[in-house]
Amino acid sequence: MNYFDRDLESVHQMLVDGELTSAELTKQTLANIDAHEADLQAYLAMNDEALAQAEKIDAAGIDPDNVLSGVPVAIKDNLVTTNMPTTAASKMLENFHSLFNATVVEKLQAAGAVIVGKTNLDEFAMGSSTEKSAYKTTRNPWDTNTVPGGSSGGSATTVAAGEVPASLGSDTGGSIRQPASFTGVVGMKPTYGRVSRWGLIAFGSSFDQIGPFTRTVKDNAYLLNTIAGHDDHDATSSDKEVPDFTAGIDQGVQGMRIALPKEYLSDGIDQSVKDAIQVAAKKYEELGATVDEVSLPHAQYGVMAYYALASSEASSNLERFDGIRYGYRAEDPKNLEDLYVKTRSTGFGDEVKRRIMLGTFALSAGSFDKYFKKAAQIRTLIIEDFQKVFQDHDLIMGPTAPTTAFAVGAESTDPTEMYMNDVMTIPVNLAGLPGMSLPAGFSNGLPIGMQLIGKPFAESTIYQAGHAFEQNTDFHKQTPQLGGK
Amino acid sequence: MSEKVDQARTQHIAGLAKLKIADAELDQFTEQLNDMLDMLDQLGTVDTEGVEPTYSVTDQINVMRPDVANNWGERDALLRNAPESVDGLIRVPTIIDESEDE
Repeated sequence: MNYFDRDLESVHQMLVDGELTSAELTKQTLANIDAHEADLQAYLAMNDEALAQAEKIDAAGIDPDNVLSGVPVAIKDNLVTTNMPTTAASKMLENFHSLFNATVVEKLQAAGAVIVGKTNLDEFAMGSSTEKSAYKTTRNPWDTNTVPGGSSGGSATTVAAGEVPASLGSDTGGSIRQPASFTGVVGMKPTYGRVSRWGLIAFGSSFDQIGPFTRTVKDNAYLLNTIAGHDDHDATSSDKEVPDFTAGIDQGVQGMRIALPKEYLSDGIDQSVKDAIQVAAKKYEELGATVDEVSLPHAQYGVMAYYALASSEASSNLERFDGIRYGYRAEDPKNLEDLYVKTRSTGFGDEVKRRIMLGTFALSAGSFDKYFKKAAQIRTLIIEDFQKVFQDHDLIMGPTAPTTAFAVGAESTDPTEMYMNDVMTIPVNLAGLPGMSLPAGFSNGLPIGMQLIGKPFAESTIYQAGHAFEQNTDFHKQTPQLGGK
Repeated sequence: MSEKVDQARTQHIAGLAKLKIADAELDQFTEQLNDMLDMLDQLGTVDTEGVEPTYSVTDQINVMRPDVANNWGERDALLRNAPESVDGLIRVPTIIDESEDE
Protein backbone atom coordinates (compact mmCIF):
# COMPACT_ATOMS: atom_id res chain seq x y z
CA MET A 1 0.00 0.00 0.00
CA ASN A 2 1.07 3.58 -0.62
CA TYR A 3 -0.33 6.61 1.12
CA PHE A 4 -1.82 8.41 -1.87
CA ASP A 5 -5.44 7.51 -1.20
CA ARG A 6 -5.26 7.30 2.55
CA ASP A 7 -4.83 10.05 5.08
CA LEU A 8 -3.76 9.50 8.68
CA GLU A 9 -7.34 9.25 9.93
CA SER A 10 -8.22 6.45 7.51
CA VAL A 11 -5.00 4.53 8.17
CA HIS A 12 -5.66 4.93 11.88
CA GLN A 13 -9.21 3.64 11.46
CA MET A 14 -7.94 0.54 9.64
CA LEU A 15 -5.50 -0.10 12.46
CA VAL A 16 -8.14 0.41 15.13
CA ASP A 17 -10.64 -1.81 13.30
CA GLY A 18 -8.06 -4.55 12.97
CA GLU A 19 -8.16 -4.49 9.14
CA LEU A 20 -4.45 -3.88 9.27
CA THR A 21 -1.76 -4.34 11.88
CA SER A 22 1.12 -1.97 12.48
CA ALA A 23 3.49 -4.81 11.64
CA GLU A 24 1.84 -5.37 8.23
CA LEU A 25 1.79 -1.65 7.57
CA THR A 26 5.42 -1.27 8.55
CA LYS A 27 6.42 -4.26 6.40
CA GLN A 28 4.65 -2.78 3.37
CA THR A 29 6.15 0.63 4.05
CA LEU A 30 9.67 -0.77 4.25
CA ALA A 31 9.12 -2.82 1.07
CA ASN A 32 7.86 0.28 -0.71
CA ILE A 33 10.87 2.31 0.39
CA ASP A 34 13.16 -0.50 -0.68
CA ALA A 35 11.54 -0.74 -4.12
CA HIS A 36 12.11 2.96 -4.86
CA GLU A 37 15.39 3.58 -3.11
CA ALA A 38 17.62 2.88 -6.11
CA ASP A 39 15.77 5.65 -8.00
CA LEU A 40 15.13 8.10 -5.17
CA GLN A 41 18.11 7.80 -2.80
CA ALA A 42 16.04 9.30 -0.01
CA TYR A 43 17.45 7.44 3.01
CA LEU A 44 20.77 7.42 4.84
CA ALA A 45 19.85 4.77 7.42
CA MET A 46 17.00 2.38 8.06
CA ASN A 47 15.71 1.35 11.48
CA ASP A 48 16.48 -2.35 11.94
CA GLU A 49 14.12 -2.46 14.90
CA ALA A 50 11.13 -0.91 13.06
CA LEU A 51 9.26 -4.16 12.58
CA ALA A 52 9.88 -5.34 16.14
CA GLN A 53 8.65 -1.97 17.41
CA ALA A 54 5.51 -2.25 15.29
CA GLU A 55 4.85 -5.76 16.63
CA LYS A 56 5.20 -4.43 20.15
CA ILE A 57 2.63 -1.73 19.44
CA ASP A 58 0.26 -4.33 17.99
CA ALA A 59 0.72 -6.47 21.09
CA ALA A 60 0.00 -3.54 23.38
CA GLY A 61 -2.99 -2.52 21.23
CA ILE A 62 -3.41 0.45 18.89
CA ASP A 63 -4.33 3.56 20.87
CA PRO A 64 -7.75 4.58 19.51
CA ASP A 65 -7.21 8.17 20.68
CA ASN A 66 -3.86 8.65 18.99
CA VAL A 67 -3.80 8.97 15.23
CA LEU A 68 -0.06 8.17 15.03
CA SER A 69 -0.31 4.93 16.98
CA GLY A 70 1.40 2.23 14.93
CA VAL A 71 2.05 4.53 11.96
CA PRO A 72 5.42 4.60 10.11
CA VAL A 73 7.22 7.97 10.01
CA ALA A 74 10.62 9.07 8.65
CA ILE A 75 12.92 11.71 10.11
CA LYS A 76 15.68 13.91 8.75
CA ASP A 77 19.17 12.75 9.58
CA ASN A 78 20.11 15.89 11.49
CA LEU A 79 17.83 14.75 14.33
CA VAL A 80 19.73 12.57 16.76
CA THR A 81 18.58 9.02 17.50
CA THR A 82 19.96 6.31 19.75
CA ASN A 83 19.17 3.26 17.63
CA MET A 84 20.34 4.63 14.27
CA PRO A 85 23.44 6.61 13.33
CA THR A 86 23.13 10.39 12.84
CA THR A 87 25.35 11.92 10.16
CA ALA A 88 23.70 15.21 9.12
CA ALA A 89 24.86 13.98 5.67
CA SER A 90 28.42 14.91 6.60
CA LYS A 91 31.57 12.84 6.50
CA MET A 92 32.33 14.60 9.78
CA LEU A 93 29.74 12.48 11.59
CA GLU A 94 30.32 9.17 9.88
CA ASN A 95 29.64 6.41 12.47
CA PHE A 96 28.26 8.84 15.06
CA HIS A 97 25.75 7.35 17.48
CA SER A 98 23.87 9.67 19.79
CA LEU A 99 23.35 8.71 23.41
CA PHE A 100 19.97 10.38 23.51
CA ASN A 101 17.00 11.00 21.23
CA ALA A 102 15.89 14.39 19.97
CA THR A 103 12.79 15.58 21.86
CA VAL A 104 10.68 15.30 18.70
CA VAL A 105 11.79 11.69 18.32
CA GLU A 106 10.79 10.97 21.92
CA LYS A 107 7.42 12.59 21.29
CA LEU A 108 6.80 10.62 18.10
CA GLN A 109 7.70 7.39 19.84
CA ALA A 110 5.52 8.22 22.83
CA ALA A 111 2.65 8.70 20.37
CA GLY A 112 3.31 5.20 19.02
CA ALA A 113 4.83 6.23 15.68
CA VAL A 114 7.27 3.74 14.16
CA ILE A 115 10.35 5.58 12.92
CA VAL A 116 11.40 3.71 9.79
CA GLY A 117 14.59 5.56 8.89
CA LYS A 118 16.74 8.66 8.59
CA THR A 119 16.43 10.77 5.46
CA ASN A 120 19.04 12.46 3.31
CA LEU A 121 19.76 16.20 3.42
CA ASP A 122 22.29 18.78 2.31
CA GLU A 123 25.32 18.53 4.59
CA PHE A 124 24.44 20.11 7.96
CA ALA A 125 21.24 21.35 6.27
CA MET A 126 23.16 23.84 4.14
CA GLY A 127 21.75 23.80 0.63
CA SER A 128 18.62 23.95 -1.49
CA SER A 129 18.82 20.76 -3.54
CA THR A 130 20.02 17.82 -1.38
CA GLU A 131 22.97 17.59 -3.79
CA LYS A 132 25.35 18.74 -1.07
CA SER A 133 25.01 15.54 0.95
CA ALA A 134 28.34 13.79 1.45
CA TYR A 135 26.63 10.47 0.72
CA LYS A 136 24.03 10.58 -2.05
CA THR A 137 21.88 12.80 -4.25
CA THR A 138 18.16 12.43 -3.57
CA ARG A 139 15.86 12.61 -6.62
CA ASN A 140 12.46 14.18 -7.08
CA PRO A 141 9.78 11.47 -7.59
CA TRP A 142 7.96 13.68 -10.12
CA ASP A 143 10.99 13.59 -12.40
CA THR A 144 14.10 11.84 -11.20
CA ASN A 145 16.23 14.13 -13.37
CA THR A 146 15.27 16.98 -11.06
CA VAL A 147 16.20 17.77 -7.47
CA PRO A 148 13.71 17.46 -4.60
CA GLY A 149 14.85 20.80 -3.15
CA GLY A 150 16.64 21.08 0.14
CA SER A 151 17.87 20.82 2.61
CA SER A 152 15.13 18.40 3.79
CA GLY A 153 15.02 16.72 0.34
CA GLY A 154 14.93 13.15 1.63
CA SER A 155 12.04 13.82 4.01
CA ALA A 156 10.04 15.58 1.27
CA THR A 157 10.74 12.89 -1.30
CA THR A 158 9.70 9.94 0.83
CA VAL A 159 6.31 11.53 1.54
CA ALA A 160 5.86 12.66 -2.08
CA ALA A 161 6.54 9.12 -3.31
CA GLY A 162 3.83 7.74 -1.01
CA GLU A 163 6.33 5.72 1.02
CA VAL A 164 5.38 7.16 4.42
CA PRO A 165 2.41 9.28 5.44
CA ALA A 166 4.62 11.78 7.27
CA SER A 167 8.18 12.81 7.96
CA LEU A 168 10.06 15.48 9.88
CA GLY A 169 12.46 18.06 8.45
CA SER A 170 14.15 21.20 9.68
CA ASP A 171 13.88 24.71 8.26
CA THR A 172 16.54 27.38 8.77
CA GLY A 173 15.90 29.46 5.65
CA GLY A 174 13.25 27.45 3.83
CA SER A 175 14.51 23.89 4.13
CA ILE A 176 11.04 22.43 4.79
CA ARG A 177 8.93 24.71 2.59
CA GLN A 178 11.07 24.77 -0.56
CA PRO A 179 11.38 20.95 -0.85
CA ALA A 180 7.66 20.65 -0.04
CA SER A 181 7.04 23.00 -2.96
CA PHE A 182 9.34 21.09 -5.33
CA THR A 183 7.82 17.70 -4.48
CA GLY A 184 4.15 18.67 -4.18
CA VAL A 185 3.55 17.96 -0.51
CA VAL A 186 2.57 19.96 2.58
CA GLY A 187 5.49 21.27 4.65
CA MET A 188 5.14 23.38 7.79
CA LYS A 189 7.79 25.49 9.47
CA PRO A 190 6.23 26.31 12.84
CA THR A 191 6.80 29.51 14.81
CA TYR A 192 10.31 29.72 16.25
CA GLY A 193 10.00 28.21 19.72
CA ARG A 194 6.89 26.14 18.99
CA VAL A 195 8.86 22.89 18.67
CA SER A 196 11.85 21.96 20.81
CA ARG A 197 15.17 21.99 18.96
CA TRP A 198 16.80 19.68 21.50
CA GLY A 199 18.59 17.00 19.53
CA LEU A 200 18.53 18.91 16.24
CA ILE A 201 22.13 19.36 15.09
CA ALA A 202 22.42 23.14 15.21
CA PHE A 203 23.03 25.21 12.08
CA GLY A 204 21.63 28.72 12.68
CA SER A 205 20.28 28.55 16.20
CA SER A 206 18.12 31.67 16.04
CA PHE A 207 16.49 30.37 12.82
CA ASP A 208 16.32 26.56 13.01
CA GLN A 209 12.91 25.01 13.53
CA ILE A 210 11.69 21.42 13.14
CA GLY A 211 8.45 20.72 11.27
CA PRO A 212 6.39 18.05 9.50
CA PHE A 213 5.91 16.95 5.87
CA THR A 214 2.64 15.25 4.96
CA ARG A 215 0.40 14.75 1.94
CA THR A 216 -2.51 16.71 3.40
CA VAL A 217 -2.94 19.78 5.57
CA LYS A 218 -4.90 17.99 8.27
CA ASP A 219 -2.30 15.23 8.52
CA ASN A 220 0.26 17.98 9.00
CA ALA A 221 -1.77 19.48 11.83
CA TYR A 222 -1.84 16.08 13.53
CA LEU A 223 1.94 15.84 13.35
CA LEU A 224 2.41 19.31 14.80
CA ASN A 225 0.01 18.41 17.62
CA THR A 226 2.40 15.61 18.49
CA ILE A 227 5.75 17.41 18.31
CA ALA A 228 4.88 20.92 19.60
CA GLY A 229 5.28 22.14 23.15
CA HIS A 230 7.67 23.44 25.76
CA ASP A 231 10.81 21.52 26.59
CA ASP A 232 13.13 22.24 29.50
CA HIS A 233 16.04 21.10 27.36
CA ASP A 234 15.60 23.98 24.90
CA ALA A 235 15.74 27.40 26.53
CA THR A 236 14.25 28.99 23.40
CA SER A 237 11.23 26.71 23.31
CA SER A 238 8.06 28.60 24.10
CA ASP A 239 5.80 27.84 27.04
CA LYS A 240 2.75 29.04 25.11
CA GLU A 241 -0.11 26.59 25.24
CA VAL A 242 -0.37 24.23 22.27
CA PRO A 243 -3.88 24.18 20.82
CA ASP A 244 -5.34 21.24 18.92
CA PHE A 245 -4.36 22.31 15.41
CA THR A 246 -6.99 20.06 13.83
CA ALA A 247 -9.86 21.47 15.91
CA GLY A 248 -10.92 24.49 13.84
CA ILE A 249 -9.48 23.31 10.57
CA ASP A 250 -12.89 23.00 8.84
CA GLN A 251 -13.98 26.57 9.51
CA GLY A 252 -13.09 27.88 6.05
CA VAL A 253 -11.82 31.32 5.10
CA GLN A 254 -15.06 33.33 5.10
CA GLY A 255 -14.11 36.83 6.26
CA MET A 256 -10.42 36.04 6.42
CA ARG A 257 -8.14 38.91 5.39
CA ILE A 258 -5.25 37.69 3.27
CA ALA A 259 -2.31 39.82 2.14
CA LEU A 260 -0.41 39.24 -1.10
CA PRO A 261 2.93 41.12 -1.04
CA LYS A 262 3.76 42.64 -4.42
CA GLU A 263 7.43 41.77 -3.83
CA TYR A 264 6.42 38.10 -3.95
CA LEU A 265 5.25 38.46 -7.56
CA SER A 266 8.27 40.36 -8.88
CA ASP A 267 10.37 39.82 -12.00
CA GLY A 268 12.56 37.05 -10.60
CA ILE A 269 9.59 34.69 -10.20
CA ASP A 270 8.62 32.27 -13.00
CA GLN A 271 5.44 33.26 -14.84
CA SER A 272 3.89 29.83 -14.21
CA VAL A 273 4.44 30.26 -10.47
CA LYS A 274 2.96 33.77 -10.48
CA ASP A 275 -0.05 32.56 -12.45
CA ALA A 276 -0.69 29.73 -9.97
CA ILE A 277 -0.57 32.14 -7.03
CA GLN A 278 -2.94 34.56 -8.72
CA VAL A 279 -5.37 31.72 -9.44
CA ALA A 280 -5.07 30.69 -5.78
CA ALA A 281 -5.80 34.26 -4.68
CA LYS A 282 -8.99 34.22 -6.78
CA LYS A 283 -9.94 30.90 -5.24
CA TYR A 284 -9.61 32.41 -1.77
CA GLU A 285 -11.83 35.32 -2.84
CA GLU A 286 -14.43 32.87 -4.16
CA LEU A 287 -14.33 31.14 -0.80
CA GLY A 288 -15.13 34.38 1.01
CA ALA A 289 -11.74 35.82 1.94
CA THR A 290 -10.44 39.21 0.90
CA VAL A 291 -7.05 39.37 -0.78
CA ASP A 292 -5.17 42.69 -0.76
CA GLU A 293 -1.90 43.66 -2.32
CA VAL A 294 0.55 44.79 0.34
CA SER A 295 4.25 45.58 0.50
CA LEU A 296 7.11 44.04 2.46
CA PRO A 297 9.72 46.63 1.44
CA HIS A 298 12.67 45.08 3.25
CA ALA A 299 12.01 41.47 2.16
CA GLN A 300 14.49 41.90 -0.70
CA TYR A 301 17.29 42.30 1.84
CA GLY A 302 16.30 39.11 3.65
CA VAL A 303 18.70 36.86 1.78
CA MET A 304 21.70 39.07 2.52
CA ALA A 305 20.77 39.57 6.17
CA TYR A 306 20.20 35.85 6.51
CA TYR A 307 23.56 34.86 5.06
CA ALA A 308 25.38 37.27 7.34
CA LEU A 309 23.53 36.09 10.45
CA ALA A 310 22.96 32.38 9.79
CA SER A 311 26.52 31.87 8.52
CA SER A 312 27.85 33.57 11.64
CA GLU A 313 25.77 31.30 13.83
CA ALA A 314 26.90 28.31 11.75
CA SER A 315 30.57 29.23 12.11
CA SER A 316 30.07 29.25 15.85
CA ASN A 317 27.90 26.10 16.03
CA LEU A 318 30.23 24.05 13.84
CA GLU A 319 33.25 24.85 16.00
CA ARG A 320 32.40 21.71 17.95
CA PHE A 321 33.47 19.47 15.08
CA ASP A 322 37.13 19.30 15.92
CA GLY A 323 38.00 15.61 15.66
CA ILE A 324 38.48 15.18 19.40
CA ARG A 325 35.39 13.87 21.15
CA TYR A 326 33.29 12.35 18.38
CA GLY A 327 32.99 11.99 14.65
CA TYR A 328 35.66 11.95 12.02
CA ARG A 329 39.36 12.49 12.82
CA ALA A 330 42.03 12.98 10.14
CA GLU A 331 44.98 10.61 10.21
CA ASP A 332 48.62 11.36 11.03
CA PRO A 333 48.31 14.82 12.53
CA LYS A 334 51.61 16.51 13.43
CA ASN A 335 50.15 18.11 16.54
CA LEU A 336 46.84 19.23 18.03
CA GLU A 337 46.47 22.30 15.79
CA ASP A 338 47.18 20.16 12.74
CA LEU A 339 44.56 17.67 13.90
CA TYR A 340 41.88 20.38 14.07
CA VAL A 341 42.77 21.84 10.68
CA LYS A 342 43.21 18.54 8.84
CA THR A 343 40.03 17.07 10.34
CA ARG A 344 37.90 20.07 9.50
CA SER A 345 39.43 20.60 6.06
CA THR A 346 38.81 17.01 4.97
CA GLY A 347 35.64 16.38 7.01
CA PHE A 348 33.53 19.34 5.83
CA GLY A 349 32.25 19.76 2.27
CA ASP A 350 32.79 22.96 0.28
CA GLU A 351 29.39 24.53 0.96
CA VAL A 352 29.87 24.12 4.71
CA LYS A 353 33.38 25.58 4.49
CA ARG A 354 32.12 28.57 2.51
CA ARG A 355 29.48 29.37 5.10
CA ILE A 356 31.83 28.89 8.04
CA MET A 357 34.29 31.26 6.37
CA LEU A 358 31.63 33.84 5.54
CA GLY A 359 30.46 33.70 9.15
CA THR A 360 33.99 33.92 10.51
CA PHE A 361 34.56 36.98 8.33
CA ALA A 362 31.25 38.63 9.32
CA LEU A 363 32.05 38.15 13.01
CA SER A 364 35.63 39.41 12.79
CA ALA A 365 36.52 42.67 14.52
CA GLY A 366 36.65 44.82 11.37
CA SER A 367 33.41 43.45 9.91
CA PHE A 368 31.11 42.95 12.88
CA ASP A 369 29.28 46.29 12.67
CA LYS A 370 29.30 46.39 8.88
CA TYR A 371 27.84 42.92 8.35
CA PHE A 372 26.63 41.17 11.50
CA LYS A 373 25.08 44.08 13.39
CA LYS A 374 23.77 45.69 10.22
CA ALA A 375 22.08 42.43 9.23
CA ALA A 376 20.53 42.17 12.70
CA GLN A 377 19.15 45.71 12.32
CA ILE A 378 17.67 44.80 8.94
CA ARG A 379 16.17 41.76 10.63
CA THR A 380 14.31 44.20 12.88
CA LEU A 381 13.02 46.14 9.84
CA ILE A 382 11.82 42.91 8.22
CA ILE A 383 9.98 41.96 11.42
CA GLU A 384 8.37 45.42 11.51
CA ASP A 385 7.24 45.04 7.88
CA PHE A 386 5.46 41.83 8.80
CA GLN A 387 3.94 43.38 11.93
CA LYS A 388 2.50 46.22 9.85
CA VAL A 389 0.84 43.80 7.42
CA PHE A 390 -0.51 41.69 10.26
CA GLN A 391 -2.24 44.71 11.81
CA ASP A 392 -4.86 44.44 9.07
CA HIS A 393 -4.47 40.88 7.85
CA ASP A 394 -4.76 37.35 9.21
CA LEU A 395 -2.43 35.71 6.73
CA ILE A 396 0.12 36.39 4.01
CA MET A 397 0.14 34.32 0.82
CA GLY A 398 2.70 34.02 -1.96
CA PRO A 399 4.85 31.55 -3.84
CA THR A 400 7.17 29.28 -1.85
CA ALA A 401 9.97 29.22 -4.41
CA PRO A 402 10.64 31.29 -7.55
CA THR A 403 10.61 28.20 -9.80
CA THR A 404 9.62 24.55 -9.93
CA ALA A 405 12.27 21.89 -9.29
CA PHE A 406 15.46 22.41 -11.28
CA ALA A 407 17.56 19.72 -12.95
CA VAL A 408 20.09 17.69 -10.98
CA GLY A 409 23.51 19.23 -11.55
CA ALA A 410 22.02 22.43 -12.97
CA GLU A 411 22.72 24.41 -9.86
CA SER A 412 24.97 27.29 -10.64
CA THR A 413 28.53 27.28 -9.32
CA ASP A 414 27.79 30.83 -8.22
CA PRO A 415 26.61 30.38 -4.61
CA THR A 416 25.00 33.82 -4.48
CA GLU A 417 22.72 32.92 -7.40
CA MET A 418 21.78 29.68 -5.69
CA TYR A 419 21.00 31.49 -2.45
CA MET A 420 18.28 33.49 -4.24
CA ASN A 421 16.21 30.29 -4.31
CA ASP A 422 15.23 31.06 -0.77
CA VAL A 423 14.25 34.68 -1.30
CA MET A 424 10.61 34.12 -0.29
CA THR A 425 11.13 31.70 2.56
CA ILE A 426 14.01 33.41 4.39
CA PRO A 427 12.14 36.51 5.67
CA VAL A 428 9.83 34.15 7.56
CA ASN A 429 12.80 32.64 9.42
CA LEU A 430 14.27 36.07 10.12
CA ALA A 431 10.99 37.03 11.80
CA GLY A 432 10.46 33.62 13.46
CA LEU A 433 6.99 33.31 11.93
CA PRO A 434 5.14 30.12 10.99
CA GLY A 435 5.01 29.34 7.26
CA MET A 436 3.63 26.45 5.27
CA SER A 437 3.96 25.33 1.68
CA LEU A 438 1.15 23.39 0.01
CA PRO A 439 0.52 22.23 -3.56
CA ALA A 440 -1.05 24.96 -5.72
CA GLY A 441 -0.45 23.95 -9.33
CA PHE A 442 1.80 22.32 -11.88
CA SER A 443 4.10 23.52 -14.62
CA ASN A 444 5.40 20.99 -17.16
CA GLY A 445 4.44 18.17 -14.81
CA LEU A 446 6.28 19.60 -11.82
CA PRO A 447 4.52 20.85 -8.68
CA ILE A 448 4.20 24.53 -7.72
CA GLY A 449 4.02 25.41 -4.04
CA MET A 450 2.06 28.17 -2.36
CA GLN A 451 3.32 29.63 0.89
CA LEU A 452 0.98 30.75 3.68
CA ILE A 453 2.58 32.85 6.44
CA GLY A 454 0.92 33.49 9.78
CA LYS A 455 1.30 35.63 12.87
CA PRO A 456 3.53 34.21 15.60
CA PHE A 457 1.95 31.04 17.03
CA ALA A 458 -1.00 31.27 14.61
CA GLU A 459 -0.35 27.92 12.93
CA SER A 460 -4.08 27.15 13.34
CA THR A 461 -4.97 29.99 10.96
CA ILE A 462 -2.53 28.65 8.38
CA TYR A 463 -3.92 25.13 8.66
CA GLN A 464 -7.48 26.44 8.40
CA ALA A 465 -6.72 28.39 5.21
CA GLY A 466 -4.59 25.61 3.78
CA HIS A 467 -7.29 23.04 4.43
CA ALA A 468 -9.94 25.23 2.78
CA PHE A 469 -7.77 25.57 -0.33
CA GLU A 470 -7.05 21.85 -0.40
CA GLN A 471 -10.74 20.95 -0.08
CA ASN A 472 -11.51 23.07 -3.11
CA THR A 473 -8.65 22.03 -5.39
CA ASP A 474 -7.25 18.68 -6.47
CA PHE A 475 -3.51 19.38 -6.73
CA HIS A 476 -2.79 17.22 -3.68
CA LYS A 477 -4.59 14.27 -5.28
CA GLN A 478 -2.19 14.02 -8.20
CA THR A 479 0.56 11.50 -7.87
CA PRO A 480 4.10 11.38 -9.22
CA GLN A 481 5.13 8.75 -11.74
CA LEU A 482 7.42 7.15 -9.23
CA GLY A 483 5.34 5.63 -6.48
CA GLY A 484 2.04 6.75 -7.98
CA LYS A 485 1.63 4.10 -10.64
CA MET B 1 32.98 44.28 -8.50
CA SER B 2 35.74 45.11 -6.07
CA GLU B 3 38.00 42.46 -4.65
CA LYS B 4 37.57 42.45 -0.89
CA VAL B 5 39.74 39.50 -0.07
CA ASP B 6 42.77 38.19 -1.93
CA GLN B 7 44.06 34.63 -1.73
CA ALA B 8 46.19 35.32 1.33
CA ARG B 9 43.22 36.86 3.14
CA THR B 10 40.99 33.93 2.19
CA GLN B 11 43.53 31.53 3.66
CA HIS B 12 43.78 33.74 6.76
CA ILE B 13 40.00 33.65 7.30
CA ALA B 14 40.03 29.90 6.75
CA GLY B 15 42.80 29.64 9.34
CA LEU B 16 40.71 31.52 11.90
CA ALA B 17 38.03 28.88 11.39
CA LYS B 18 40.64 26.08 11.67
CA LEU B 19 40.37 25.27 7.98
CA LYS B 20 42.96 25.16 5.21
CA ILE B 21 41.96 25.63 1.61
CA ALA B 22 43.92 23.47 -0.86
CA ASP B 23 45.98 25.49 -3.34
CA ALA B 24 43.98 24.12 -6.27
CA GLU B 25 40.75 25.46 -4.73
CA LEU B 26 42.03 28.75 -3.41
CA ASP B 27 41.14 30.67 -6.56
CA GLN B 28 37.55 29.49 -6.54
CA PHE B 29 37.04 30.02 -2.81
CA THR B 30 38.45 33.54 -3.05
CA GLU B 31 36.17 34.39 -5.95
CA GLN B 32 33.12 32.96 -4.21
CA LEU B 33 33.91 34.70 -0.95
CA ASN B 34 34.19 38.00 -2.86
CA ASP B 35 30.85 37.32 -4.57
CA MET B 36 29.21 36.65 -1.24
CA LEU B 37 30.70 39.77 0.31
CA ASP B 38 29.51 41.81 -2.68
CA MET B 39 26.05 40.44 -2.03
CA LEU B 40 26.29 41.38 1.65
CA ASP B 41 27.34 44.90 0.68
CA GLN B 42 23.75 45.55 -0.39
CA LEU B 43 23.00 45.63 3.34
CA GLY B 44 24.87 48.92 3.42
CA THR B 45 22.27 50.58 1.18
CA VAL B 46 19.56 50.26 3.86
CA ASP B 47 19.15 53.10 6.36
CA THR B 48 19.29 51.53 9.80
CA GLU B 49 19.96 54.67 11.80
CA GLY B 50 18.58 54.15 15.30
CA VAL B 51 17.23 50.64 14.55
CA GLU B 52 17.77 48.13 17.35
CA PRO B 53 19.38 44.90 16.13
CA THR B 54 17.42 41.64 16.56
CA TYR B 55 19.64 38.70 17.47
CA SER B 56 16.90 36.34 18.55
CA VAL B 57 13.12 36.24 18.12
CA THR B 58 12.27 34.02 21.05
CA ASP B 59 9.66 35.17 23.55
CA GLN B 60 11.65 33.50 26.32
CA ILE B 61 13.85 35.79 28.43
CA ASN B 62 16.45 34.62 30.93
CA VAL B 63 15.42 31.00 31.16
CA MET B 64 16.87 29.53 34.34
CA ARG B 65 17.12 26.03 35.70
CA PRO B 66 18.64 24.65 38.89
CA ASP B 67 22.39 24.20 38.50
CA VAL B 68 22.53 20.52 39.36
CA ALA B 69 25.36 18.29 38.22
CA ASN B 70 24.15 15.20 36.42
CA ASN B 71 26.66 12.42 36.18
CA TRP B 72 25.28 10.69 33.17
CA GLY B 73 27.00 7.39 33.80
CA GLU B 74 27.48 6.87 30.08
CA ARG B 75 31.26 7.09 29.89
CA ASP B 76 31.76 3.93 27.85
CA ALA B 77 29.08 4.81 25.33
CA LEU B 78 30.48 8.36 25.01
CA LEU B 79 33.97 7.04 24.46
CA ARG B 80 32.76 4.74 21.70
CA ASN B 81 32.09 7.92 19.68
CA ALA B 82 35.60 9.25 20.26
CA PRO B 83 37.99 8.62 17.38
CA GLU B 84 40.66 7.34 19.79
CA SER B 85 40.48 6.42 23.44
CA VAL B 86 42.77 4.73 25.93
CA ASP B 87 42.00 3.55 29.48
CA GLY B 88 38.69 5.38 29.63
CA LEU B 89 40.13 8.65 28.34
CA ILE B 90 40.06 10.39 24.97
CA ARG B 91 43.45 10.23 23.31
CA VAL B 92 44.74 13.33 21.51
CA PRO B 93 48.05 14.08 19.79
CA THR B 94 50.87 15.76 21.66
CA ILE B 95 49.91 19.30 22.61
CA ILE B 96 53.34 20.55 23.69
CA ASP B 97 56.18 19.46 21.47
CA GLU B 98 59.06 18.98 23.94
CA SER B 99 61.61 18.32 21.22
CA GLU B 100 61.85 22.09 20.58
CA ASP B 101 63.12 22.63 24.12
CA GLU B 102 66.15 20.45 23.68
